Amino acid sequence: MRVAVVRFPGSNCEPEACRAVERAGGSAHYVWYRDATLDGSDAVILPGGFSYGDYLRSGAIARFSPIMEAIRRHAAEGGPVLGICNGFQILCEAGLLPGALVRNAGLKYLSRPVDVRVVRTETPFTSAYHPDELIRIPIGHGDGRYVAPEPVLEELEANGQVVLRYAETPADVPANPNGSLRAIAGVCNPAGNVVGMMPHPERLADPALGSDAGHRVFVSLLETGIAAKR
Amino acid sequence: MTWRVHVRILPRAGLLDPQGQAVEHALAALRFPDASNVHVGKAIALDVAASSAEEAASRVRTMCERLLANPVTEEFEIAVQPGEAT
Repeated sequence: MRVAVVRFPGSNCEPEACRAVERAGGSAHYVWYRDATLDGSDAVILPGGFSYGDYLRSGAIARFSPIMEAIRRHAAEGGPVLGICNGFQILCEAGLLPGALVRNAGLKYLSRPVDVRVVRTETPFTSAYHPDELIRIPIGHGDGRYVAPEPVLEELEANGQVVLRYAETPADVPANPNGSLRAIAGVCNPAGNVVGMMPHPERLADPALGSDAGHRVFVSLLETGIAAKR
Repeated sequence: MTWRVHVRILPRAGLLDPQGQAVEHALAALRFPDASNVHVGKAIALDVAASSAEEAASRVRTMCERLLANPVTEEFEIAVQPGEAT
């Protein structure tokens, strides 16, 4: 499986994303934000970072990059798309995912591990987890508070579009660190092929780091790709 | 004709506004207990070429819907004045 990792001005963790894909058995390559195509890639990852300096709103300007049209087409055809952190913000701004991400309720930039529950495993990025599995992976964001109008939240719950939720945990890691509505840490589109999450699975995808809790996000993608080719 | 347009963007009513709350607490600490319901947003000023004030306002409304504001989280108001910025 060939996975495109998009580089926007101000992206970060894109080498980690490539490495995580390769560790899971896929091949990864960068695409530039001004490219017009995904070059026949099977899946695309929008990495974290601070595209365009987060000017105006996080992701607000990146969503108009030329590559976004190609991503929109890829998503419409059912192709897997993962937005991590800033990538999640961009997908929301682009309307490919519902809701928006605003300033953390505590106003502080948060960089630490969090416990999240994998609520939905029927996505190309979570299928290798057990339903309701608890994983500890890092967050690093200032604008991570997920918000959406109440009817949209109801719809997300009814359709099973909540993918990750900040979990009640042992005392050392507070639940719902940023004040997200319904403790939402990740969502998907109605079809389930477009997924956005604030935590960074690519930052914890190698046992050399003491945990590879994020590894199966990429294993999920590779297994989905193999299943699709059968 | 050129119009000077000011866009005022505020967090949508009912949405938690931690910046507004922090400023309100700071005002209270500075002994301004008469201040309440504080909200922090942003202001954008731009020149717009249009044949009428209505046309300028309509163009900027479209700009707000497409880029300047996020309808999920923000409300905006538009004020149009004749002439360029001094």
